[in-house]
Amino acid sequence: MSEKKLLRGSHTIAEAAVRAGCRFYFGYPITPQNELTEYMSSALASVPGGVFIQSESELAAINMVIGVSMTGKRVMTSSSSPGISLKQEGISYLAGQELPAVIVNTMRGGPGLGNIAPAQGDYFQATKGGGHGDYRIIVLAPGSGQELADFTKLAFEYADKYRIPVMILGDGMMGQMMEPVEFPDPIDIDSLTPKPWVLGGAKGRASRIIKSLVLDTAAMEEHNWKLHRKHQMIEREIPQVETFLTDDARMAIVAYGTASRIAKGAIKKVRGIGLKVGLIRPKTLWPFPERFFVEMSRVMSDFLVFEMSTGQMVEDVKLSLEGRGRVHFHGRPGGVVPTPDEIAKVITTIYYKEKLDKGN
Amino acid sequence: MKKVFSRPKSMKDAEFHYCPGCGHSIIHRLIAEVIDELGIQEKVIGIPPAGCAVLAYNYLDVDMGEAPHGRGAAVATGIKRALPDSIVFSYQGDGDIAAIGTAETIHAANRGELFTTIFVNNGVYGMTGGQMAPTTLVGQSSTTTPGGRKSERDGFPIDLSEMLAIANGSVYIERTSVHSPKHIIHTRKAIKKAFKVQMAGLGFSLVEVLSPCPTNWKMSPVRANELIDSTIIKYFPLKVIKDEVGKL
Repeated sequence: MSEKKLLRGSHTIAEAAVRAGCRFYFGYPITPQNELTEYMSSALASVPGGVFIQSESELAAINMVIGVSMTGKRVMTSSSSPGISLKQEGISYLAGQELPAVIVNTMRGGPGLGNIAPAQGDYFQATKGGGHGDYRIIVLAPGSGQELADFTKLAFEYADKYRIPVMILGDGMMGQMMEPVEFPDPIDIDSLTPKPWVLGGAKGRASRIIKSLVLDTAAMEEHNWKLHRKHQMIEREIPQVETFLTDDARMAIVAYGTASRIAKGAIKKVRGIGLKVGLIRPKTLWPFPERFFVEMSRVMSDFLVFEMSTGQMVEDVKLSLEGRGRVHFHGRPGGVVPTPDEIAKVITTIYYKEKLDKGN
Repeated sequence: MKKVFSRPKSMKDAEFHYCPGCGHSIIHRLIAEVIDELGIQEKVIGIPPAGCAVLAYNYLDVDMGEAPHGRGAAVATGIKRALPDSIVFSYQGDGDIAAIGTAETIHAANRGELFTTIFVNNGVYGMTGGQMAPTTLVGQSSTTTPGGRKSERDGFPIDLSEMLAIANGSVYIERTSVHSPKHIIHTRKAIKKAFKVQMAGLGFSLVEVLSPCPTNWKMSPVRANELIDSTIIKYFPLKVIKDEVGKL
């Protein structure tokens, strides 16, 4: 481990990517994540073999990612909401061709051009496939500067391990906020396990094809089941949550990313007046930590989902609980970042309405 | 007995699925012959398009990676930048390269990306059943221009190769045809030169090949070849459009 550095979120992701062995980055300007692209342009110019291209479009960027990924090298692209929509075509192909890649979405207000303020309206797009076809991608939701660094490294590891695209889902606040970060030492790229499926010229072996076209329906069905089995394995292996003050809690706020930080502030306030409230923060949005919610329903009755949207993750919370608890929702869409005071008020209202102060 | 003709080494032992009289099988074979002649089979990575020729990987015995429709130039950019010693080509139809993939192609050429594009121009969307392509001639019928292409409604056939020649990063662009043995032999030479341009690291290279699609043109293979000779080459003249490399 090296010394602590004070960096803005976008720079943290970029630095962590280079340390994780990413030597290829393709991107197109869009606010609020240009700092990431700019950092990569200088960082990759100063490492051997580094390639940075400011692409002509998001489409071009994600397809350059496909090309590099076919050769087995670690590669990343990043954008913000409208640009991620454009990348969805390529993400579907990456998923179909089982190609590893890391994609960063620094979410902003939408739909359409929306605005450049922090938002969480792309949860559905990120976690339910996003592009065409029957697939999932891993979605990581960092909640601090340190996690931006840690999850970026993890994203490359998961992508390679499972041969799947991995999205780091942040927002404008996470991208701009400056926090101290301790970076892991750069990896030795040569120490990475060679990938037996890559393109590189048929020297001393049969020629290879990487494709997603499967005209035979039986074979296409089997490919879909194969992807499904992989998804099931990922669902078993990687779900992660953070809990905060849940041991004695009667109600938990469920939030991720920037919303979870606001929620933490609100929880500290209401704890001050004796309300037994904690936080559940999913760190993986896909796979969603379903089983964990079932466990939590044994110790608490109420779940307040707070999102900077009109309510997207709340559906996964309800599906996970399957009626095992009361699910409430508070949302602020469109780029509005509410204060901990606002959330504290919402918590307090629900807490007394549901009579959580009564009984033992 | 002396063997005077055989399958190129870079070609798989497989029967083409292409229609009788289609140009793709000829062009595939020319690419395989050039790869053999240059001794580069072990270094080549090809990118097939969406369309009839997506199945090129069933015939060419080299590494191949499928690109989404029109994105061949961007995928080729990624592969070539990651493996600068490999020899990369994209194989793209007119709809792929001159409609949906125009932006990727122009910018790859402008960056002088060191891969080669084989642009097969048959003036029609073949795989999807014969719709108007960006290169369909004015007056030419298609399933979406039933009375013939009208320029005031459908625009003009696009001169993509000439547009690419304007880009500073392109160094060799030639338009050829496969409608007669003479033209086939010349196309082979052009493809070989384009690969050599890439191998010498000189810049972006592209060969546009006029190619018959008798099925969707709704005519016999012989008539289709005659149409190229009598009409199509008047709009798309066979010529070296740009050559900044000279003899290689």
